[in-house]
Amino acid sequence: MNQTAYAMPADPAGLCTQRLAQPLSVAGTALHKLQVEDLHKRYGDHEVLKGVSLNASSGDVISLIGTSGSGKSTLLRCINFLEQPDAGRITLDGRTIALRQTRGGTTVADKAQLQGLRTRLAMVFQHFNLWSHMSVLDNISMAPRQVLGVPAREASERARAYLDKVGLPARVAEQYPAFLSGGQQQRVAIARALAMEPEIILFDEPTSALDPELVGEVLKVIQTLAEEGRTMIMVTHEMGFARQVSSQVLFLHQGRVEEQGSAQILDHPASERLQQFLSNRLK
Amino acid sequence: MIELLQQYGQAFLWSDGYNLSGLAMTLWLLVASIVLGFLLALPLAIARVSRKRLLRWPVQFYTWLFRGTPLYIQLLICYTGLYSLEAVRAQPLLDGFFREAINCTLLAFVLNTCAYTVEIFAGAIRNIPHGEIEAAQAYGLSGWRLYLHLIIPSALRRALPQYGNEVILMLHATSLAFTATVPDILKVARDANAATFMTFQAFGIAALLYLLLSFLLVGLFRLAERRWMTFLGPTRG
Repeated sequence: MNQTAYAMPADPAGLCTQRLAQPLSVAGTALHKLQVEDLHKRYGDHEVLKGVSLNASSGDVISLIGTSGSGKSTLLRCINFLEQPDAGRITLDGRTIALRQTRGGTTVADKAQLQGLRTRLAMVFQHFNLWSHMSVLDNISMAPRQVLGVPAREASERARAYLDKVGLPARVAEQYPAFLSGGQQQRVAIARALAMEPEIILFDEPTSALDPELVGEVLKVIQTLAEEGRTMIMVTHEMGFARQVSSQVLFLHQGRVEEQGSAQILDHPASERLQQFLSNRLK
Repeated sequence: MIELLQQYGQAFLWSDGYNLSGLAMTLWLLVASIVLGFLLALPLAIARVSRKRLLRWPVQFYTWLFRGTPLYIQLLICYTGLYSLEAVRAQPLLDGFFREAINCTLLAFVLNTCAYTVEIFAGAIRNIPHGEIEAAQAYGLSGWRLYLHLIIPSALRRALPQYGNEVILMLHATSLAFTATVPDILKVARDANAATFMTFQAFGIAALLYLLLSFLLVGLFRLAERRWMTFLGPTRG
């Protein structure tokens, strides 16, 4: 039995005290939608994450900011296990993902649990990562059909609806991604995420690969989603946007959360590092 | 010339009076080896790019062996080499199989084209942008579903130009079949030449038939590329 369930203390009493220790709980269930606790990740000798924690409640918009190399993208990618964390635990709706120790670190012990997690978290990538050989419609409807088992007709109706929601005309449905602008491609990617009807959307620098004049159209869509009360975790370099939509901001520096709080911290940074970071960015 | 056509026209096209011959035989050799080679190459290509050495190495060895030796030698080994072994003749099943020239020829052709096709498909799989695979994983696709819905459809499209080339090379390679007494286009041409001494005409007709087939194949693959490769973008169309 080399299976280590990180979050499962053997005795139920321990579990109870742990739950009571959490700030908000209703009928024994954590109110937090997603909890990330003490996450560690290293690549060889370089430790990218040195114990990062994050709590997302339903409707939270959390912005992860920091210099490149601060570990913010790695943190996001650990949340849906595109990267395997070396230690730490991730809890979705009170259920912790069991990890198993392997030679190179950890992996998710139960494949089905990993699949389940991934269908509930949708991801939007910096470089869109649309499936280039599929039409826009197929890009949006493929995962709902093949992973969630949504019937083909319903999946494509859903796809068209979300295409409309992200502000793209119906005629792009039959086109290949390569024929669209970057901004349009990223909006297709957002529609693809929405079509999974996920509980949390992860954005990994959604506008960093876009031409400056295309950034606005994508941010507008993300803002609409924020206003709808969707739970989102977003790695971003757009400070103005982060200030506007975030309910929480986490500033990461060298693999640690240096400062965190409401969007206010962007206007009144407490730590010297964040002051430095912000003054470098706003110049 | 007219005489030659009257006498050998039918043999050049489909039948020497007893068996399939000429163009029909060449087409049969091509289609059978390409189809079987394709079906075998798909799983082998996936094994070829596998992270597991136990899967990858045997396939690597196979493609190295069959791409490293001339097809003619492979055909000789299949046609005469194996049958000269006592162990093969002692086995009724193997004895029956290797007694037929067409079986030996097809075996050599399938193994040969499959080796090249494996490398073409494996290269195409490696060419799929990593981000696309990552996105599929992030959306819950894994295992065979990842292959069925993303990797194989994408790789096959990307492989089209090289694969089309392989099919045309294979068409020309089928002309080795005459050495194993299989009555393909070239065998009919040689017979016609031997009987009439109209060398230029006999081989000229054979060349024209191969030319016609390649022309059709090139056209087919061009249509296929237009149909399945536009996704690469407006500049690549």
